[in-house]
Amino acid sequence: MTIFDKLVQLKINDITVTVEKGKTILEAAEKIGVHIPTLCHLNLQDFGVVNKSANCRVCVVEDEDTGRLVPSCAQEVHDGMRIQTDSLKAVMGRRTNLELILSNHPQDCLTCIKNLDCELQSLAYELNIKEIHYQGEKMSHPKDETSFGIIKDTNKCIMCRRCITMCNDIQTVGVLSALKRGFDSVVATAFHLDLNQTSCTYCGQCVSVCPTGALAETNDSPKVWRALNNPNKHVIVQVAPAVRAAIGEEFGYEPGTILTGKVVSGLRRLGFEQVFDTNFGADLTIIEEATELVDRIQNNKTLPMLTSCCPAWVQFIEHQFPELLDVPSSCKSPHEMVGVLAKTYYAQVKNIDPKDIVMVSIMPCTAKKAEAARGELNKDGLSDVDHVITTRELARMFLEASIDFRKLPEDDFDDLLGESTGAAAIFGTTGGVIEAATRTAYEMITGEELKEVNFKQLRGLEGIRQAKVKIKDLELNIGIAHGLGNARKLLEDIRDGKSNFHAIEIMACPGGCIGGGGQPYHHGHTDILLKRQKALYDLDASMPKRKSHQNEMLIKLYKDFLGEPGGHRAHELLHTTYSAKERI
Amino acid sequence: MIKKILDTSTLDKDLLKQLDAYIMSLEGDKQEHLIHVLHKAQKLFGYLPQNLQLYVARALNLSGARVNGVVTFYSFFNEKPVGKYTISVCMGTACFVKGADKVLSRVLELTGMNKNEISKDGLFTVKDVRCIGACGLAPVMTINDKVYGKVKPKDVDDIIRHYRSIENESK
Ligand code: SF4
Ligand code: SF4
Ligand code: SF4
Ligand code: FES
Ligand code: FES
Repeated sequence: MTIFDKLVQLKINDITVTVEKGKTILEAAEKIGVHIPTLCHLNLQDFGVVNKSANCRVCVVEDEDTGRLVPSCAQEVHDGMRIQTDSLKAVMGRRTNLELILSNHPQDCLTCIKNLDCELQSLAYELNIKEIHYQGEKMSHPKDETSFGIIKDTNKCIMCRRCITMCNDIQTVGVLSALKRGFDSVVATAFHLDLNQTSCTYCGQCVSVCPTGALAETNDSPKVWRALNNPNKHVIVQVAPAVRAAIGEEFGYEPGTILTGKVVSGLRRLGFEQVFDTNFGADLTIIEEATELVDRIQNNKTLPMLTSCCPAWVQFIEHQFPELLDVPSSCKSPHEMVGVLAKTYYAQVKNIDPKDIVMVSIMPCTAKKAEAARGELNKDGLSDVDHVITTRELARMFLEASIDFRKLPEDDFDDLLGESTGAAAIFGTTGGVIEAATRTAYEMITGEELKEVNFKQLRGLEGIRQAKVKIKDLELNIGIAHGLGNARKLLEDIRDGKSNFHAIEIMACPGGCIGGGGQPYHHGHTDILLKRQKALYDLDASMPKRKSHQNEMLIKLYKDFLGEPGGHRAHELLHTTYSAKERI
Repeated sequence: MIKKILDTSTLDKDLLKQLDAYIMSLEGDKQEHLIHVLHKAQKLFGYLPQNLQLYVARALNLSGARVNGVVTFYSFFNEKPVGKYTISVCMGTACFVKGADKVLSRVLELTGMNKNEISKDGLFTVKDVRCIGACGLAPVMTINDKVYGKVKPKDVDDIIRHYRSIENESK
């Protein structure tokens, strides 16, 4: 077979195009710059999946030979094919199909959480829909608001199945599925259970691909406003590493623009008393985690050690591998560490009653919302973190407060829990946590200075990566997985005794937190994740200090308050426990 | 203690043993036999309650949602207990055009129940199903394995009466 046998030549709008066999009309059209609207289709090739449910029919084009309309996202090309994307028939066909979808859609765009960020809405604009000629029977499912991370409003579902692809194929959690069929069919949980009764990890990856308002983050900004308006409350905020690399997209910046200074000053405008940095918590996590790792290696305790800063991943292991709960590190996640310190250390320094402190975390993540509500992290009526809002919600709060983000000045974090190193900056990307931990573990084990801090072998976007790092006569085997389906593979190896890793970093979201479920929507443009990732590595490289244990305020924290890393007080405040949960 | 949302421990142990044995006997990729396993489970238990679906999901290492999706996709699976006689009224296009909806409402009227529920006397469950491939006989309804063709609403009275009388005689 020659290369020519593998090629197909066709005409799209009278333009000749040659593509490989097996390509779709949509792909051929993209090649020559002909745009075809799509809705259910989602190409996430970088993560290894394409959602090809082909049921919305918004992408139909006319096949000139048969005169029929075919779905371009699914129809494969063949030699001599002649396609029109802009014939009257094609245009009308697409419009009719979209109108049919809209005919039973609740038209409350004005107050919908996805307003101006909804693919269905944009499509109605793009296809110039000014009237809906059909009357469909509206669905009347109850809204599921039972979980702390995600709201499911089935009435807005257009059955594109993108969420099912995400939850089943990428995350292998399998919470969502299509139930029933025909007019009654619906995307739901098993037995229509409430989300908080399922094995949902709240990773929010379904949210990040849902084209409509059917899946969204819980809206916690009203609670934050209430706290800010309460004169008796001392409201503190902290910002996660991945937020600063993405929030600009909500205000028209190039993806991958780091905007820490503006976020800080914006938060002060909103009225927060102290603006702390989750990156401080990241440096702290590294000290505690590296201490734990070194202890586990030197004293022949359970290996591998798995990082524990991603709550969706923690939820995953609790539901799916309850027999492996001794492998994750016992460290709390960075924002929980900052939270508990704000209510102890900071409260003590400032002489404030911890009960009057409200801790708000700005996170790229929907799972952190559910994490903050975990029983283990709410002791004696005091939560480490009170409210979590996502990058998207913060952007909306700025808008609501009529703050012109682009004109904000640059500002710095508050001192006490605000300093950070380059090691913390890369927490927001897959591979970053373990690289940061390696930098510190190296010096802990050898007692010597680490000259080359860049561990390039740990970087990248491969779903599963492994690398060996030489630390004197110890060869450290390191594994990295992002996306829960990839994590599952490593966990199965551990369960079956086939794993020889010392340490594994796991992030639930493809790409790590840069691709978190609370980040600005990428609408399938996964190159945006690469830009966010690069921004974090650049930020690390630009920092004067690159190792967590060089953080001055951290050293002071241990000296004045915590005592030894991994010591009694550190354990009490900075570590947590896990519990087995049911798999549904 | 793991918090139980759906308790599978209340399922009949002997029947589960039979189900397990059936699953064990399957060759190749067991997940591909999901429909067979569900059929077997329904035969053994009479219907497929949620905890049984979850049991099957775990036995085949599938998610509960996937199994529930399959169970609700096919009308021959029952999530609720069924009566001694399952009356299926075809709602396929051919039957519908010939007035299947009137047949269905007459059936429901006579048995005094809603779709997919069990009638008070425990005798009947009524379902509407998709084309069963007997369009020539439209409108069609079946009672267990028996097919009734060209059914008019008034025929329904006789048919139901027939089944009730069998029951009464056997008492
Ligand atoms: S949040 Fe994650 S685990 Fe939960 S339904 Fe969505 S994709 Fe699945
Ligand atoms: S919930 Fe959203 S992503 Fe899932 S099928 Fe419905 S519209 Fe698509
Ligand atoms: S990878 Fe990051 S954003 Fe995603 S669930 Fe985990 S902590 Fe949240
Ligand atoms: S985008 Fe092609 S059928 Fe939905
Ligand atoms: S439509 Fe009723 S049997 Fe075919």
